[in-house]
Amino acid sequence: MGAGGGTSRVSEFERGGAHKLYRHGHSPVHGLPPHTKLAATFAFVVVVVSTPREAMWAFALYAVLLGIVAYVARVPAGFLLRRLLIEIPFVAFAVLMPFVAEGERVDVLGLSLSVSGLWGAWNVLAKGTLGVAASVLLASTTELRALLLGLQRLKLPPLLVQIASFMIRYGDVITDEMRRMRIARESRGFEARGIRHWGVLAKSAGALFIRSYERGERVHLAMVSRGYAGAMPVIDEVTASRAQWSYALTLPLAALVVCLLGWTL
Amino acid sequence: MTAVTSSPPSLDVTHLAFAYPDGHQALFGVDFRIERGERVALLGPNGAGKTTLVLHLNGILSGGTGTVTVAGLPVGKQHMAEIRRRVGIVFQDPDDQLFMPTVREDVAFGPAAAGLKGAELEARVDKALGLVGMTEFKDRPPHHLSFGQRRRVAVATVLAMEPEILVLDEPSSNLDPASRRELADILRSLDVTVLMVTHDLPYALELCPRSLILSDGVIAADGKTADLLADDTLMRAHRLELPFGFDPRTVATSTGGR
Repeated sequence: MGAGGGTSRVSEFERGGAHKLYRHGHSPVHGLPPHTKLAATFAFVVVVVSTPREAMWAFALYAVLLGIVAYVARVPAGFLLRRLLIEIPFVAFAVLMPFVAEGERVDVLGLSLSVSGLWGAWNVLAKGTLGVAASVLLASTTELRALLLGLQRLKLPPLLVQIASFMIRYGDVITDEMRRMRIARESRGFEARGIRHWGVLAKSAGALFIRSYERGERVHLAMVSRGYAGAMPVIDEVTASRAQWSYALTLPLAALVVCLLGWTL
Repeated sequence: MTAVTSSPPSLDVTHLAFAYPDGHQALFGVDFRIERGERVALLGPNGAGKTTLVLHLNGILSGGTGTVTVAGLPVGKQHMAEIRRRVGIVFQDPDDQLFMPTVREDVAFGPAAAGLKGAELEARVDKALGLVGMTEFKDRPPHHLSFGQRRRVAVATVLAMEPEILVLDEPSSNLDPASRRELADILRSLDVTVLMVTHDLPYALELCPRSLILSDGVIAADGKTADLLADDTLMRAHRLELPFGFDPRTVATSTGGR
């Protein structure tokens, strides 16, 4: 992040309070309360994962379902597909499976491949892609802040929510500190070239850690001064109506029908 | 400054002494009182014990001798929540003070911790932001504001608790002249007791009719800001130096009072 220099920082600022995955909009999906979307995404992923891998058509139907959600949320296909690239490292692993797995083998285009490996690869690829696509849709229609409120509402341990919200608040502050340290290093003629300079970088990282730790202490002091006693006060209560819940849960319920069909057919 | 004689002083510190656990003694018997509605500057060189004193005012540090009383209520374990509501401390670095994801939530933090909810909480937030002129930045994340704006929001976070006394730690540090003036206008417009810890002497003269000098853990002087700043020997004895070309005798007439 620090390598980008001044200009990239400006653009980060212009992006506003949202994170890079978020896509601003006013679609019905954007408008749903965050905790309903979180629950729906989680349920959808669970259903997808518990589908038998032999029911290939079921996975095609899941993809269609996600496509409908993306259409309703007005998330363009290009945007969604670009965000899917994050799963490439996992895909690389899946591609290896047919070559290394044991058991019965088949010849495809002159290559000897394992049948169970092929099934395994398909399993990872299909379920992984659908899971990532569902998460990308969630992230592109829900602001980070709202996600945290949703998690809080779903009774995630409050300490975890607090840690995550401080990460959002202080991420930029610490990145900025890192950038200033890099500029200070370079201003004195330092350039990281090769292994001999790793010591300097390690010391910078250590200094950054200590600075952040001390900032944490000061922030805690400021919190205590304003009446903090271990629990964050609830400022925004997120609520969902029955209609919103049923709207959000349409996706996992439709998926569940497909899954049950997959098991019976 | 006309104090209402019937009400107890906003702040009353008597014989306050404190040593850190490592043995370093920071305060050696500090005594002063601040009446309701006063604006007082606490001046002193680095290492005089200013921060230590400030942290005693809302009970973050305690365990030494002496007492601190805020509007008649002694600082101590049994009233801690009420004391922290009454004493609003604005810390030096607004990035430490503003820890919530949006300005609105940050300003709401104090009152919400005290149990306020819903429309009442919202009204309190709007009022505090209105006082510092930051209403339109309500839904912005604090780290996207300029430094001066962040300092103003930091003041609002404390005002939202409707404190008895506002304690500002180096309020003018890192501010450009325009932000400095804006903050001064805001502080002057507030109807609240102010204790301003600073070594920005012109700012103290501009805003505070009265000053205290804290040096080596004791109050070395207490008087009119203009008189103290004009006393060269006193100033030199406590490592307080006026900026080049600044003569308190020539500017004193336009300031002080409300």
